[in-house]
Amino acid sequence: MSDHPLLALIIVIAPLSLVALGGASAIYAPLQHQAVDVYHWVTGREYLELFAIARVTPGPGSMLTTILGWRVAGLPGALVATLALYIPSCALCFVVGRFWNRYRGSRWHAVIENGLRPIGAGLMISGGVMILRVEEQGPLAWAMALAACALLTWRPLLHPMILIAGGAAVFVTLRTMIG
Amino acid sequence: MQKSAPSVSLLAIYKLFFLVGMFSFGGGLTAWFHREIVLVRGWMTNDEFFSGYSLAQLLPGVNSTNMAVYIGQHVRGAAGSAVALAGLLSGPFFIVIAAAVAYNRLLELPGFAAVMSGVATVAVGMIFRLGMASMKGSVRHWPSLLVLVATFVAVGLLQWPLLPVLAVLAPLSIAAARLYGPPQKDKRQKDKA
Repeated sequence: MSDHPLLALIIVIAPLSLVALGGASAIYAPLQHQAVDVYHWVTGREYLELFAIARVTPGPGSMLTTILGWRVAGLPGALVATLALYIPSCALCFVVGRFWNRYRGSRWHAVIENGLRPIGAGLMISGGVMILRVEEQGPLAWAMALAACALLTWRPLLHPMILIAGGAAVFVTLRTMIG
Repeated sequence: MQKSAPSVSLLAIYKLFFLVGMFSFGGGLTAWFHREIVLVRGWMTNDEFFSGYSLAQLLPGVNSTNMAVYIGQHVRGAAGSAVALAGLLSGPFFIVIAAAVAYNRLLELPGFAAVMSGVATVAVGMIFRLGMASMKGSVRHWPSLLVLVATFVAVGLLQWPLLPVLAVLAPLSIAAARLYGPPQKDKRQKDKA
């Protein structure tokens, strides 16, 4: 443990950056343990609130670390927490990505890439299913997601803003009608 | 192999990633990247995009920031990566703080929760569509279809932890790609891109 708040944020968050395999969902539990039980930055309930806020605002959901940093040490805390989460993994991605592209076209590169791509596609669809599960909106959410998917198949260049506005309008209308 | 990167200014990169970052509610980021970078701007081919996506997913870290780094690097090297990442995060950085400050008042807004749910479900639709596009290029023989389905069942349906699933499937899938022959992606992807 460190007594200096900015240093403590880095010590807690930076390692999580490199264990976040398969996306941000891997960090929420260990971060909660550190922030609530070890450092007492927030209560368990407040942590869930931060999680909800990060989910409904634009940007990656993992920006819950940004508001955690804000709670701990104001604007410097927010900045340090954000950088601590994204810099290590992004630096790694940069280095590996450069290496990856240098050997583009070689035989082993093609084999590894062809091996990884079906896994990537499977994970992508799994990610969508997981969001629907967290949302807990039932069949309506599934119907809306599939409708958006069908619309995009029909009109691939349809602007996402139109879809987003439509989706919001449908949910508000239904919620108003149901009460 | 030649990279398909037209000359792009850093300002154009920043503007694009800022815009996508600001409007990416509920997790449709990658689908939006694909639209703007492959379909609209042609900064990458389909193949380059999904190759980067597989990499971004397997490496630790958030997919969207990894993808921003990968795309930025492809288009403008190290500076491109830094600018893409800054563009993606700078808008949401202030919004998320503002939302945390105003959280209790936001919840009292009528329809706020409904709007957010609606936005999230549409984002999932975008992800599904991108998943379908990705499938087309990644299923080249029956083992790759099997790997795709197994990944989805294990992670998406059974919610098994990702790491052991990858540790088993990745080597198997790469071995299958080695056995099942020469990749014909170059010819096939050109038609689609």
